[in-house]
Amino acid sequence: MLARLTRELEALLGPGAVLARAEDLILYEYDGSVEKARPDVVVFPRSTEEVSRIVRLANRYNAPIVGRGAGTGLSGGALARSGGVMLVFARMDRILEVDYENLRAVVQPGVVNFDLTRAVEHAGLYYAPDPSSQKACTIGGNVSENAGGPHTLAYGVTTNHVTGLEVVLTDGEIVRVGGKSGDALGYDLTGLLVGSEGTLALVTEITVRLSRKPEAVKTLLAVFESVDDATETVVEITARAITPAACEMMDGWTLAAIEEYVHAGFPRDSGAVLLIEVEGIVEAVAAQAEAVTEVCRQHQAREVRVARDARESELLWKGRKNAFGAMGRLAPSNYVLDGVIPRSRLPQTLRHITALGRENGFRIGNIFHAGDGNLHPIILYDPRDAAEFERAVRTANEILRYCVELGGALTGEHGVGMEKNELMPLLFSEADLELMRRVRDAFNPAGRLNPGKVFPTGKGCGEVRMKAQAEGAPPL
Amino acid sequence: MNAPGSSVLARLEAIAGAEHVLAQPGAREACAVDGVAPAAVVRPASPEQVAEVVRFAAAEKLAVVPVGGRSKLGIGGPPQRYDLALDLTRLDQIAHYDPGDLTLSVDAGMPLARLAEKLAAHGQFVPLGAPWFQSATVGGTIASGVDSPLRQFYGTARDFVIGAEFVTGAGALAKSGGRVVKNVTGYDLHKLLIGSLGTLAVLTRVNFRTFPLPALSRGFVAAFATAQGALELRRRIAASPLTPVTLEILSPECARLFAANRPGSLAAPLAAPGAWFHGEQWQVCAGFEGSEAVVARYARDLTRLAGEAGAAGVQIFDEDAQPPVWTRLREGLPLLLEASPAAAIFKLSLLPGQFAAVFEALRAAAERHALACALLARGCGAVYFALLPERNDAAALARLAAAAATIFEIAAAGGGHAALLFCPAALKRSVSVWGPPRAEFALLPRVKSAFDPAGILAPGRFAGGV
Ligand SMILES: Cc1cc2nc3c(=O)[nH]c(=O)nc-3n(C[C@H](O)[C@H](O)[C@H](O)COP(=O)(O)OP(=O)(O)OC[C@H]3O[C@@H](n4cnc5c(N)ncnc54)[C@H](O)[C@@H]3O)c2cc1C
Repeated sequence: MLARLTRELEALLGPGAVLARAEDLILYEYDGSVEKARPDVVVFPRSTEEVSRIVRLANRYNAPIVGRGAGTGLSGGALARSGGVMLVFARMDRILEVDYENLRAVVQPGVVNFDLTRAVEHAGLYYAPDPSSQKACTIGGNVSENAGGPHTLAYGVTTNHVTGLEVVLTDGEIVRVGGKSGDALGYDLTGLLVGSEGTLALVTEITVRLSRKPEAVKTLLAVFESVDDATETVVEITARAITPAACEMMDGWTLAAIEEYVHAGFPRDSGAVLLIEVEGIVEAVAAQAEAVTEVCRQHQAREVRVARDARESELLWKGRKNAFGAMGRLAPSNYVLDGVIPRSRLPQTLRHITALGRENGFRIGNIFHAGDGNLHPIILYDPRDAAEFERAVRTANEILRYCVELGGALTGEHGVGMEKNELMPLLFSEADLELMRRVRDAFNPAGRLNPGKVFPTGKGCGEVRMKAQAEGAPPL
Repeated sequence: MNAPGSSVLARLEAIAGAEHVLAQPGAREACAVDGVAPAAVVRPASPEQVAEVVRFAAAEKLAVVPVGGRSKLGIGGPPQRYDLALDLTRLDQIAHYDPGDLTLSVDAGMPLARLAEKLAAHGQFVPLGAPWFQSATVGGTIASGVDSPLRQFYGTARDFVIGAEFVTGAGALAKSGGRVVKNVTGYDLHKLLIGSLGTLAVLTRVNFRTFPLPALSRGFVAAFATAQGALELRRRIAASPLTPVTLEILSPECARLFAANRPGSLAAPLAAPGAWFHGEQWQVCAGFEGSEAVVARYARDLTRLAGEAGAAGVQIFDEDAQPPVWTRLREGLPLLLEASPAAAIFKLSLLPGQFAAVFEALRAAAERHALACALLARGCGAVYFALLPERNDAAALARLAAAAATIFEIAAAGGGHAALLFCPAALKRSVSVWGPPRAEFALLPRVKSAFDPAGILAPGRFAGGV
């Protein structure tokens, strides 16, 4: 069966576009998460028509289908949980159109996020959603996860910048939804598809808004002796409704490790820092920077430093964006969580996370999008120690449970995938999930598109993850 | 259903209480959609009661239209069936408000104006500066999908609605999203409800992110002899570092309507409106906000840009003139509707780069069909084009129908699309208000049946005949 499907795919796509040998497939059994699952065959379509034909062919074999961008996802979204055909969009990486007058770009899904900004920056433009992984992740992956980033605090996440899509439905039909203008005629299907984690359709073309670079930018680094002072500062910046373009927090312990690695000029002896950016017209930026500084000082900031120039600012951001990589120096592996809370609850939540870590024998780092209450606690663990991994998962789940108790959510940007699908009932009632399932079935009736994601399967999640572990899931 | 069985009324009364089931003609006609009045109006007191009513309706196959302030019931196709109006105005409380987090959860029946007052006490607002501000409810504004001049800066509802609670057509209480500003847990079903005209679910609660009220709010009007001049100014603003909160372009006819003080109009009377709106010229109106230094910069730069674009005159609103002028812009749609007994208002969604060609084509179409017209464009890409016949008679309807076909074509030729938002009910017999079918319409019934398997929610009112 599989051999025949592979042969047919090879005939369809020509040489060099199909992988089916075990040693090749291994590369596609991971993404950025702690999960693992192997596809039966990996294909590299070059056009929408090819995607459509692959889907029709897979249907004849009742094979599961999963789309994949760069595989940087942190919730196992791009893993072939039930095997089947994986479509990697790496070769659909063209920017098809840039409309400078109307600030739109039309791109294929495999375009790397930062490459779009690079292509338009000569005209003073950029693509606003900026996940920390932006030099690797694809816009197709961003659309599927509704990715955020440091600067989405002021400018909105991926969904706020996507006006239209071309998609291939599960029966192979090619449909366009939305358009360039951004106003839906009919239900907002673009809004539904963005963030649907590849479970409703395969995205083959994306129309995005471009943004104009601000006239002035100030990057501030505020250094605090304690995490509490830093979180209280964020609470007050929010309550005073000073909306910076970005407001990131890094705790002192992880920051010291990052500094070892990136030499960005971060202090090595702080309790926590806030990396805050204000943008806009000169007059507004000056006032905002002053207001931010004042709040920081009121909360005992030891130092509030304004980056002198673009170089210094870039260095600080490089430090922030490479932070997760730097964590590799502290432990064999780390588990990056993603939860959201109301911003007014930041201080108590961080205290609670620290306490939970202590109870379970972990020191938990925190590098996160503080301005929008999007936490990324990082649990360091040794993947060879099954008991420790199990404890890490349990701790993670307790943290997420706490977020939900405070009125928060299970994931702010990394998605549910196969990481949190069993936790969905913490947030959603059976009626909520039933409706979402009905919507999925309206697009994906046979359930063969990215199966085993988003929705609870009924197994306990620790159980599922332990199984992956037993099969030898490697560290990140 | 013209004579509701007494058993139907009895069941509804058992759910909502006898005084909240209205079957007298006045109450029913007040909820009429395109001339079709429901057999009864039910006013539930809670989401649970809403769910009970919907479950009952689904079991009895009664068609239900949710209603709020009843200001925009005219939007959409004519109802295929209409038995019950589900009046949400008793659900009118703030369920949760965390000013420190800038998040809000509010019942669907809350009037926009009252919500604004409550948030203003905390120095905040929700950027729903939508028309019929005094009578419209939160739920009706979201479900009708009307935009506001504030979208220039704040975006549309899809950008600041962060979650919703609703009752599906099967009568299930469900929700999506949440109360936090960033969230990707589960499908964004609430996005589907925005602009869905109650055809998918009955909104009971909507969650928003809130925004700080600006320190100072000012405005600016520049007048131009030609549309080209006005569009040139729009282009220059878009290419500048300025980000005004509103940016509207008015045709001379539109400006003339805005300049008139009509008795009984929704818009507050304006002292010397002619000082702001000039019926002989195209006008660009921009609103801007911020500190003294920021508004001074805007005033200076906008004046300079207008001069470079060849403006015939420029005025800056002070704090006294700003509110009434702003009211006119916000209430643009009702003002256009008041201007004719058979007004037909199209909304075209396109990119601003197409404005010049589209404006010209639209006005030519109106002229060809001997119809008065007025045009109001939002700088970010929505164009409202009103055809304003003097009488509501067969001849006028025929001319409107012919013009409508042309206008849908103009929108498509401009790379966008159009919908006929408001028009005489009789026109809907010959014109599909959603324009010619689009490929994506084929997906709409699938979504509809996921939410409303029995097809009882506002059947027929939505695009694709849903
Ligand atoms: C160091 C690091 C930092 C990160 N920082 C951030 C951050 O700041 N913000 C953030 O939001 N995320 C962040 N992430 C997570 C990740 O980068 C994002 O989720 C990103 O959007 C994934 O893109 P990708 O191209 O790698 O997609 P993949 O991981 O390959 O796929 C993600 C999902 O999209 C689906 N998919 C991909 N392409 C398509 C398509 N064309 N059609 C349909 N479905 C498709 C897949 O099936 C899968 O469900 C980070 C990850 C790492 C490793």
